Amino acid sequence: MSKLLSAAAAVAQIKDGMTIGIGGWGPRRKPMALVRELLRSDVKDLTVVAYGGADVGMLCAAGKVKKLIFAFVSLDFIPLEPYFRKARQSGALEVMEIDEGHMVLGLKAAGIGAPYIPTKIGLGTDVIRHNPDIKVIDSPYDDKEWVAMPALKLDVALIHADRADARGVCQIKGPDLYMDDLMVRAAEQTFVSCDELVETEYFHRNAEEARYVFWERSETTGVVHIPCGAHPTSCAPLYGFDTAHFKAYAASAKEEGGWQGYYDKFIKGGEEQYLAAIGGAEHVKQLPLPVF
Amino acid sequence: MSDTNYTLVDLVIAAASEAWRGDGEVLATGIGLVPRLAASLSMCTSNRQLMMTDSEAFVVSEPVPVGPRGGYVPKFETWMGFSRIFDNVWSGKRHAMVGPTQVDRFGQGNISAIGGSYAKPKVMMLGVRGFPGNSISHKNSFFVPNHSKQVFVEGEVDVVCSIGYNPERLPKGYTFDDIKFGKIVTNLCVMDFGGPNKQARLLSLHPGVTVEQVRENTGFELLVEGDVPTTPAPSAEQLAIIARLDPKNLRASALG
Repeated sequence: MSKLLSAAAAVAQIKDGMTIGIGGWGPRRKPMALVRELLRSDVKDLTVVAYGGADVGMLCAAGKVKKLIFAFVSLDFIPLEPYFRKARQSGALEVMEIDEGHMVLGLKAAGIGAPYIPTKIGLGTDVIRHNPDIKVIDSPYDDKEWVAMPALKLDVALIHADRADARGVCQIKGPDLYMDDLMVRAAEQTFVSCDELVETEYFHRNAEEARYVFWERSETTGVVHIPCGAHPTSCAPLYGFDTAHFKAYAASAKEEGGWQGYYDKFIKGGEEQYLAAIGGAEHVKQLPLPVF
Repeated sequence: MSDTNYTLVDLVIAAASEAWRGDGEVLATGIGLVPRLAASLSMCTSNRQLMMTDSEAFVVSEPVPVGPRGGYVPKFETWMGFSRIFDNVWSGKRHAMVGPTQVDRFGQGNISAIGGSYAKPKVMMLGVRGFPGNSISHKNSFFVPNHSKQVFVEGEVDVVCSIGYNPERLPKGYTFDDIKFGKIVTNLCVMDFGGPNKQARLLSLHPGVTVEQVRENTGFELLVEGDVPTTPAPSAEQLAIIARLDPKNLRASALG
């Protein structure tokens, strides 16, 4: 019952106009190799749901994004994501700008099959004014008004995990799983890239290993083995994020044809060439974990 | 007991640390260096019940010094990944100090975008982040390193990210008392929204700053009651704690 497939085969499941969720948070544990594969594809008009970082920036730069559902897009230590800003400031991007917690509730609603979850979040703010699709409703139980955060159903979720077996048991050992489990449950199909592909026996060594598995394998559609697949984002505890790479990426946005240059140098030639261009797996493995 | 050997940022940190006094057992979140040091100082002085995180995924038993850790190992006590942060936010047991790019007379903050139209902003910043949920769930304070009319705007902020005391935006079933605001600490003064109908009010002026100077740099009317006190100088104890929490003096450049 192997769910192993190539990145290209996984990305081939993503069709024009689909809604995709991307796991991770800002510069942390993003399925960047899968995003790069998406950048190499012809897919267009995507709706992207993410706690965004360079994943969103790159997809915006490449013109893949029709609509962005976001609370922020940031590289953290570089607060403003340059390509996301360009897209937003050009007026080209349709947006649903929501609170970080709205995204939690919208994904949760999708996962539990509810049309919405009521919340106070957003009352009194422009989130409500700018998102006519987010309804404010009366409650059957009190006299207050409530925001009915709609379900954020995903066609596909893309996730990066530390390790997985071929059946789709995925382990995240970093300090935070972010909202990856919610993304997975909100999605029709979930493709997980992993740094390490392990035999199922790995999880049998002791029960502690299973405690770092946050969804059951029936939620995992496919597994793609891509060492360093989160680079340039972090995959703690395996490696930190690549500050030098992010700085060069951000600087490219200031140059004429900067995105094309970045694409040609790092993305166009495929993942093997990517790894060579960034200095190989050895470079990635020694990237220090961030200190906040 | 005061010590004349301090800088403005030390005074600002000490003043900001007062924001959490009396809050009891809540999670203090300081976004940015000065708010984080202020929360840390408060946890060591004005509110020892405070909880803080390592700015990543754990609640720690004592504030983690800023900058390179050296041999310091954070004293982890509770896992606190982002999903649990939202559980905490929605419980109301949190008080965050954040740094909006714009603040208006209603206490509404903006970190999303400035200028142009919403469809095509002139300057896109972060997005609303957690401001909407924070502002309606728990108390919030603001830190503003560059007190000016660009920050404290005349009209409404360009994108209302956090709910404030705007009567036109007050949700059905809510009163102003449902919205909790702490303090605004700037490089010039300390303010709050404690005036009549939650009007902005000047609480103290940093040494050498005049009421006029604050008014000239604020786009909206401020309530000034009688003689405005001078923001207290940090005590020797506070200065020692600040120095221990920021051994590399990263705060030296925090006010620009």
